[in-house]
Amino acid sequence: MDNFKWTRKDLLSLYDLEAEEINYILDTAQEFKKVSQRNVKKVPALRGKTVVNFFVEPSTRTRMSFELAEQRLSADIININASSSSLKKGETLIDTARNIEALQADLIVMRHSAPGAQSLIAKNIRCGVLNAGDGAHSHPTQALLDLFTIREKKGSLKGLKVSVIGDILHSRVARSDVWGLIKLGAEVTFAGPATLVPKEFENIGVRVCHNLKDALIDADVVNLLRIQHERQKRGFFPSTNEYAKFFGLNEVSRQYLKPDALIMHPGPINRDVELDSAIADGTQSVILEQVTNGLAVRMAVLFLVAGCVEK
Amino acid sequence: MKSEYILTGGKVVDPFRGIDKIMDIGVKDGKIISPSQIPDADKIDVSGKIVAPGFIDMHVHLRQPGNTAAETIATGTMAAAAGGFTAVVAMPNTSPAADTPGTIEYIKRHTARDGVVKVYPCGCMTKGIAGEEMAGIGSLKSAGVVAVSDDGRCIQRHQLMKHIVQYAKSFELPILDHCEEDGLKDKGVMHEGVWSTLLGMQGIPSASEELMVARDIIMARAIDWKIHLQHISCRESVERVRTARKRGIKITAEVTPHHLSLTDERIKKFDTNFKMNPPLRSEDDRRALLEGLADGTITVIATDHAPHTATAKLVEFDYAPFGIIGLETALPVCLTELYHGKILSISDFVAKFTKGPAEILGFSMNGLADGETADITVIDTEAEFTVDADKLRSKARNTPFKGKTFKGKAAATIVDGKIVFNEL
Repeated sequence: MDNFKWTRKDLLSLYDLEAEEINYILDTAQEFKKVSQRNVKKVPALRGKTVVNFFVEPSTRTRMSFELAEQRLSADIININASSSSLKKGETLIDTARNIEALQADLIVMRHSAPGAQSLIAKNIRCGVLNAGDGAHSHPTQALLDLFTIREKKGSLKGLKVSVIGDILHSRVARSDVWGLIKLGAEVTFAGPATLVPKEFENIGVRVCHNLKDALIDADVVNLLRIQHERQKRGFFPSTNEYAKFFGLNEVSRQYLKPDALIMHPGPINRDVELDSAIADGTQSVILEQVTNGLAVRMAVLFLVAGCVEK
Repeated sequence: MKSEYILTGGKVVDPFRGIDKIMDIGVKDGKIISPSQIPDADKIDVSGKIVAPGFIDMHVHLRQPGNTAAETIATGTMAAAAGGFTAVVAMPNTSPAADTPGTIEYIKRHTARDGVVKVYPCGCMTKGIAGEEMAGIGSLKSAGVVAVSDDGRCIQRHQLMKHIVQYAKSFELPILDHCEEDGLKDKGVMHEGVWSTLLGMQGIPSASEELMVARDIIMARAIDWKIHLQHISCRESVERVRTARKRGIKITAEVTPHHLSLTDERIKKFDTNFKMNPPLRSEDDRRALLEGLADGTITVIATDHAPHTATAKLVEFDYAPFGIIGLETALPVCLTELYHGKILSISDFVAKFTKGPAEILGFSMNGLADGETADITVIDTEAEFTVDADKLRSKARNTPFKGKTFKGKAAATIVDGKIVFNEL
C-alpha cells in the first residue's frame, strides 16, 4: 500500500475501481476523519483549488456533505443547481461543463438524473469529475462511506454477509454498494418484492431473495433502502403499509437479526416504513456514523482526485 | 458515361434465377443484355468479385422533408450507393409525415432531382403517425407508395390496426410494422436485461415487441394479408414468426445488421451510438436472429438507417434520440458476420437484400435476366473496410462501428445501367 499511487482524475463508479484503489481511499479517509475531530477542522489540502458543485438533480444531504468536505480542505467553492443553470435555457450538458472548465475550475462534483451523465462530461473536459449520483446507476461516495463504516465496525469486509433490502430497482446506492462489497470480498444479498429486486443481479453473484427472514437470518450487515411513495402509484407494491408489514425491518422481523448485525440506511429514512423507529435509534444502528464518515470519505476522494487533474 | 459495357469474369449470384456461376453480364441503355449482342462494348473486369442484382434496403430514414440537418435525399442516396444499394424504401416519419399525396410528390420530385439511387416512398398508416385515424391509404397508393407503415411508432388500438390491414389489402399494399407495446416499453431506453439492471437504466422488455408480433400474426392470419415485421430483435419474435410461416400465414420479418452483430453490453460506456429502438438485446437474442436468418424465418436484412446530428446524439444517454446510420456499413458488417462467419451462403446472403424485399414489396423482377433493368451490385467479399466516420457519405456520423474493420464491401453500384459508385 505504501507505494500505491492514485491515478484517476474522475470518480465515476466503483465498478471501475480495483480493490486496491478502494482500500486506498478508505485508508486516506481514515486520516481525514481525524481532521473533523480537531478544534480547527480545516487543512490546506485544496487551497487555491476551485470546486464546482453542479447539482442538476436536487440534493440536500450529499451536497451538504460535499460542501463541508470542500470547506475543510480549504477549496474555493461555487454551487450551481438545475434551476439556476443554463440547462433550463436549452444549453447542452457538455456546453455547461465546458463553461465551467473555461473558468479554470479544477473539480466538478455532479449529480444528475441520467445514468452516465458524469461519464459524458469526464470524457469531454479537463476537470476532474466526481459523481454525486447519476440516476439509478451509481453513487460511489455513498458506497465508500458504507464500506468505511462497515470496515470500521467489523475490521474487514472479507466473508461478511451483507443484505441490502428495499427498492433495489431504482437504487444507485445498491448498485454502488454491490461492486464495493464484492470487490472487498463480502457476500451480498438483495431482498424485497420481485417488482423491486431484479433477478438479473444473480449474474454478478448476488443472492436475490424475496423473503425478509432469509435476508436477515445470517446477515452481519443490513442496509435498508428508502421506499418512495411514488413507486406505489406506479404499481410496484400495493401500499406502504403492506410493504412495511412484509419487507420492513420492524418489531416482528427484528427477531431474525443477529445481535451484532449492523443496521444501516443511506437516508433520508421513512420511519416505520422500511425501518422501525426504535431500531433506527437503537444500539445496532450506525446510521448517523455513516453521515459522519461520509464527510471523511468525501474529503479523501476530493483530495486524491484533485492530485490527478492536469494544470 | 458509357451506355453499353460488359462486366467480365465476375461470379454472378442471382437468387431470382438460382444462378451462382462465373459469367459475363452485358448492359445496354439501362437494361441487361446478353454480352454476345454487344461484342464491341467496353469490358469492365470484375473477376474475383460477386455480381448481384441491385440490393434493396427496405428500411431507410432519409429525413427529408423536415430534418435536413441530419440527412437529405441527396446525401442519403449517396450513402446508399456507396453501401451497394440501388434502391431504398423511405420511411414516412418525416416532418411533415408522409401521410398525403403532396408529401409523396415532394419526395418523388426531390428524388428525381437529387437521388443517386432509387427511392421508393412508403406512406403512413395513420395521419401524422399518431395512431388515431387512418391515413388516405388509397390516395397514397395512387401517389406511388410501395407500402404503408407507422415506423417509429406502433398502432396500439387493435381495431384500428385491423381496419388498416383490411383496407391496405384492398389496395394490395403491404404493411410494414414496427412492433412495440407502449405500456411495457414505457420510458425504456435500452434492452431490459442484465445490463439495464447493472446500469440502472429503464429497460425495454422483449415482451413489448413480442406482444405486438403476436398481435400482427393474428391479424395477418385473420385477414389473410401481408404484414412485414420491421427490425425484429428478440428470440421470442423469431420463434413466433417461424411457427406462423410454417402455418402459411403471410408474415415476413427483417433484421438489421446491428442486431446481428452487437449486444446490450456495449452500452456500458454510455455511448449513444448504441442507442436505437428496438434496442440491442442479449447474446441469446442475437444467436436466435442468426438462426432465423439461416433457416429462412427472416427473409430480409434492412438497415433502419436513422441519421441524427452529432449535437442531438452528444447528450445524456436517457435524452439521446434512438437510431443509428447503417447504409454504408451494412455490407461490411453482414459479409463479415454472415458470409465469412459461415451463417449464410453467398446466394442466401444476396437473397436477403434482393429477392426477400422484392417479394414483400410485390416487385416483379427477375434478377439479372436479359431485358431486366440494369440495377446491379458488385461486391468484393475480401476487401478490408475500416469505418472512417469522416469519409462517410451520409450527412450523419452516428454509427456504432466507428474505427472498426470488416471484411467485404460494395465495389460498384449500378442504377439503370449507370455506375453511381465505382471502386473497381
